[in-house]
Amino acid sequence: MEVFVSYLILFLLAWPLGLYMARVFAGGKTWLDPILNPLERGIYALLRVNPARGMTWRGYALALLWSNVPIAIIAYLIFVYQGVLPLNPDAIGGMSWDLALHTTASFITNTNQQHYSGQSQLSYLSQLAAIVTMQFVTPAVGLAAFAAVLRGITGGIRSSNVESHVAVPAANLGNYYVDVTRAITRVLLPLSIVVALLLTWQGVPSTFDGAKTATVLEPQTIEGKAITTQTIPVGPVAALVAIKQLGTNGGGWYGPNSAVPLENPTPLSNLIQLISILLIPVASIFMVGAFTKRPRFGVMVMGIMSLLSAVLAFAIIPAATQANAAFAGISASSANMEGVEQRFGPIASALWATWTTQTSNGSVNAMHDSLNPLAGMVALIGMWLNVTFGGDGVGFLNFFIYLIVAVFIAGLMVGRTPELFGRKIEAREMKLASLGLLISPLLILVPSALALAIPSVTANSNPSFHGLTQVVYEYSSAVANNGSGMAGLGTGGSVWWNVTCAVCLILARYVPIIAPLAIAGYIGAKKSAPQTAGTLRVDTPIFAGMTLSVILIVGALSYFPLAVMGPIAESLTIGKPLPQPVPLGQLNQRPPEPVRTVSEGK
Amino acid sequence: MQTQKSHNLNQYDLELDSSGGNPITWLSFAALFVVLCGLLYPLVTTLLGQALFPFQAKGSLLERNGQIVGSSLIGQSFSGAGFFVGRPSSAGKGYDPTSAGGSNLAVSNPALLERASATASDIAAREGVTVEQIPVDLIAASGGGLDPHISPAAAELQVVRVARARGLSVDAVKTLVQKHTAAPTFGVLGQARVNVLELNLELQR
Repeated sequence: MEVFVSYLILFLLAWPLGLYMARVFAGGKTWLDPILNPLERGIYALLRVNPARGMTWRGYALALLWSNVPIAIIAYLIFVYQGVLPLNPDAIGGMSWDLALHTTASFITNTNQQHYSGQSQLSYLSQLAAIVTMQFVTPAVGLAAFAAVLRGITGGIRSSNVESHVAVPAANLGNYYVDVTRAITRVLLPLSIVVALLLTWQGVPSTFDGAKTATVLEPQTIEGKAITTQTIPVGPVAALVAIKQLGTNGGGWYGPNSAVPLENPTPLSNLIQLISILLIPVASIFMVGAFTKRPRFGVMVMGIMSLLSAVLAFAIIPAATQANAAFAGISASSANMEGVEQRFGPIASALWATWTTQTSNGSVNAMHDSLNPLAGMVALIGMWLNVTFGGDGVGFLNFFIYLIVAVFIAGLMVGRTPELFGRKIEAREMKLASLGLLISPLLILVPSALALAIPSVTANSNPSFHGLTQVVYEYSSAVANNGSGMAGLGTGGSVWWNVTCAVCLILARYVPIIAPLAIAGYIGAKKSAPQTAGTLRVDTPIFAGMTLSVILIVGALSYFPLAVMGPIAESLTIGKPLPQPVPLGQLNQRPPEPVRTVSEGK
Repeated sequence: MQTQKSHNLNQYDLELDSSGGNPITWLSFAALFVVLCGLLYPLVTTLLGQALFPFQAKGSLLERNGQIVGSSLIGQSFSGAGFFVGRPSSAGKGYDPTSAGGSNLAVSNPALLERASATASDIAAREGVTVEQIPVDLIAASGGGLDPHISPAAAELQVVRVARARGLSVDAVKTLVQKHTAAPTFGVLGQARVNVLELNLELQR
């Protein structure tokens, strides 16, 4: 029931937002114009940008890369020197170089993988000026690149005296600075202010005071030490949590993210945050049809993504709500509550686990390490596919790469030059698409293999098959720019994890953004052939099936062996004799069972 | 190719930019958004939040005689017979928000079985029940290790022991539990739950 309600509210809100976003990126009139037009004119003047001047794909890509560099450097310096900088009421010291490097790489790539615990390792200045800044800029960059690619594949922006079917020297993808600015001022900022206030109402702290000290009701003596007080870290948490969710960022104020009651206090705050995960990614897909003026194409993309999203949701709920096998016979039988908060329960947590990994969000409201193995696998699959709505803007870019491959294969099958909206796709575009397609498996499989080959670096909290899952999860999360984690992995003080993840993060962010920009730039400059009966149409159900097959084959085949060796093997062997001795202390040995069938974990 | 100047964003200049701007633009881009998004936005939302919802904005702090005794959103450790006990916590030495965290133990990890078994036998002895009667939330650690809630069944399990220790009638304690029980929001969101700290505060008047 909660699942249906969540999907219903999500689509009801995302639809109008998508149409609004189409107007925003087309430069159309919107109701915030009277306030925002002067503000934006001021911004363009400050940046010394002529908003009327478009960019080629090269210009767009260079602007994207170069504009990210100073932000990353500022953030890195803030992390390292936060101890001596202002806005640090809890006197938190600076970060080590490798942790600061990883944190910077993680947030500038919209990933928000965290090898630190925010409430005790970041000052307010770091949380705001570094973290929140990147949480706004990176989704805006994704949305900008998304709008630019949509312009490119439909021929770029053309002056009224250049007909759309002729070739031009270079396609006009729009102005990067205008797109980023409008994404922030017209989409992300207004939504974040509303969500931040709603969350404060529900109990998320909004204060610049430092941590509070409470005198506990019943002092405890633990390991010979009396504990009489409890330190309660607070801060401007609501502001961060709003953009954390809306910007598919995911990096929370507190270490365990939205499982912490101060970050996510009530079932209602949970619903607000849950909807915020998918709101802009789904709205972007509603925007596709309106922005390209090809509604049927928009419906096709929406259909594929919704189908995948629903399949993952309906796979994870039965998996996550099974009993935890470790608790069999020592409690009343019910769904797995290990790592799950009482106010949310297993269903709301399972839905969150799949939505956060379908998108590149990566926030959590339950601990993924303790999910039932097959539920953990559904989370992994979401990150491997990375196109079930995906990150803000970049979800469509990932989809676009699959789309180009599907067009190419379909073109070969019918013996015609592959084309998209009448513009040819040739060797150069295919090479770029292949690069975009292969970089993810490469960056997940190679570092995972390396880490597993050197067991001293992995620092697993769990043995056996789940240990493999933890390592694969960490790299999958980095490469999908997701940021969730199986948090038991000892990543915090580890140079290995910080550095290898930082490399994966950066390559896996910028390559799959630049490649689609280049493809769109090349396609957009070509002349478009009139549509005939022999044209391969990309808005038909048959072609949708084709694209879906490409997504599933590439996603499934690249990673299937990992799924078998990790979560599937774990699921099949639970309660069976393990390769290593089982420790003593079980209250209840499981009774000898009849031979169980393979469908056990379904 | 003819150039066409226009202030309408729909009609772009055909002389396109292939360099992506210059260092001054890149630096001012960073400075601008650090100030706008990283400083102004949190300042505005935080001040608004404080003005509209002062209690929540401070962290939902509970006070007694002018002293902060906790937050209604953060659980505390309890062990005495006169108190309701919350869920197992993996946050530091128990309910320590500065080192909040889950157990991160996989279902297949023998250490989870070991921990849960020990907790279950403790509870069974304390409440005088068999392990099969223990609601699962009482032996499962929460995600953040700070969960302030337990299930109504988990509270029910402890009523008799608390009533006896405090010399109260079972019905009186049950009424108090009722008072601190919240139903799923709008009947569909989340689960029913009992706030352990608020309940114990009221018992310990």
